[in-house]
Amino acid sequence: MTTALSIQQLSKVYGNGFEALKGIDLEVEQGDFFALLGPNGAGKSTTIGIISSLVNKTGGKVEIFGKDIDENFSAAKKEIGIVPQEFNFPNFEPVFDILVNQAGYYGLPRALAEVRAEKYLKKLDLWDKRFEASRHLSGGMKRRLMIARALIHHPRLLILDEPTAGVDIEMRRSMWEFLKELNEQGTTIILTTHYLEEAESLCRNIAIIDHGEIARNSSMKALLSQLHKEVLILDIESPVQQAPYLEGFSCELTDEHSLEVEIAKEQSVNELFSVLTAAGIRVTSMRNKSNRLEELFVSLVKSNAA
Amino acid sequence: MSLEEQWIAFMTIVRKEIKRFMRIWTQTLVPPVITITLYFVIFGNLIGKRIGTMSGVSYMEFVVPGLIMMAVITSSYTNVVSSFFGAKFQRFVEEILVSPMPNYIILMGFVMGGVARGLGVGFIVTVVALFFTDLEIYSYPVTIGIVVITSVFFSMAGFVNAVYANTFDDISIVPTFLLTPLIYLGGVFYSIDLLPDFWAGVSKVNPILYIVNAFRFGVLGITDINVGWAFTMIGLFTIGAFLFSLHLLNSGKRLRM
Repeated sequence: MTTALSIQQLSKVYGNGFEALKGIDLEVEQGDFFALLGPNGAGKSTTIGIISSLVNKTGGKVEIFGKDIDENFSAAKKEIGIVPQEFNFPNFEPVFDILVNQAGYYGLPRALAEVRAEKYLKKLDLWDKRFEASRHLSGGMKRRLMIARALIHHPRLLILDEPTAGVDIEMRRSMWEFLKELNEQGTTIILTTHYLEEAESLCRNIAIIDHGEIARNSSMKALLSQLHKEVLILDIESPVQQAPYLEGFSCELTDEHSLEVEIAKEQSVNELFSVLTAAGIRVTSMRNKSNRLEELFVSLVKSNAA
Repeated sequence: MSLEEQWIAFMTIVRKEIKRFMRIWTQTLVPPVITITLYFVIFGNLIGKRIGTMSGVSYMEFVVPGLIMMAVITSSYTNVVSSFFGAKFQRFVEEILVSPMPNYIILMGFVMGGVARGLGVGFIVTVVALFFTDLEIYSYPVTIGIVVITSVFFSMAGFVNAVYANTFDDISIVPTFLLTPLIYLGGVFYSIDLLPDFWAGVSKVNPILYIVNAFRFGVLGITDINVGWAFTMIGLFTIGAFLFSLHLLNSGKRLRM
């Protein structure tokens, strides 16, 4: 399988002496939907900055589909589409012009640029806003415009730095659908996000970066399988005054209508329900106390800091 | 990028730059024309009549080439410094920096935008000047050559200023405290023959003196200095500015972290 992104011994020391990246290695296969997670200041944006050439690296090597960003910079850059974290539009320019100009920077003829601009503006529900200056768009519209702009030259690798930050839930879901569709059509996607639910539901592989080092790099499935327990919140029909005894499970009463039950990896939810039924407790609804990936993320970052 | 792709990228920047200054024409095209027209009226027409002749021509004829050049210099410089700094400040310069465009195309695109505005304003001011005096061009090659090379040089100077600028104050310091005094002392309003020897010598280190005199030679056929020397000087300055601007882009200084 072709490697979409290959990073070897990538390091970055800023002018003030801060070592943002300490020689990281990372590989993303073609067609992957890859999550790059990490706490604030971990080195995610520096890594993306180096890939997109907005940050000068101190050392190491970056290849996009086998093309070195130093030796073959023009060809490598054509392969990447970047959706940055911060809005970076010309405020007074109309939406349509922003896309057509971006296509022009990649050498696309104007007629083709206009066709593609129309396609992506329609796809991302921005066609009605094509004559509006970008400063008049809402936050969600600006995020979608940045995605359209990153796709205008048909990159094979799309890198999104927190693409759904500040976007409402409905819009976030529709953006997820769009990204999934894009990935199914063959675009390799790398995503950074603080919404771990987003990473869990979209990405197949994951790297966690912390203090400028890769703390974990594996498939999402393998990572989640390391989770030894989950806490379920159960809403119960009849009120109880104290936590019931549930054989084999640790249980806490949060209020008279809800229980928190710890379920180990080797236990099944069926077993829990059998015990609950035997105890005469009827459950009206059930949910995870926290996102599974979030728990792992916190524990990995904590152990890395220790 | 193929040559065709580079040409498309170059023209995209040029088109965008021209669109930008045309969109805000009340800020970019009208003010220099009003200012220069006032110079024509006050210095050329009202005061000039009392001055008589300068270097063998009427004072109005004498100041017109310098005033046209003043408009070209300030417009070229201001266009690139404000446009590129604006792109840096609002961060949309990143659109260009992440693209596969070679750095010389980025530089040439912005410079061509500055040249377009400089020549556009210069043309309008020339048309206005025709209401005050007759202009018979003495040498078209010298006139066109010096005006183009000057607008290229000052566009690049504006680019360098924009790269180093951190605030909007930084982009007005050079035009206010350096460019304007150099233009006023660069022989726009007087011949350096009028100056004592010492100050005439000092004036000769002012590059704008060479530009104004070369342009005046192109229009009127009179000059205080050697025109060939003027072209050599401004040509060398332009090559230096091009190499330095390209170095700034290649190193990513103040543009890439």
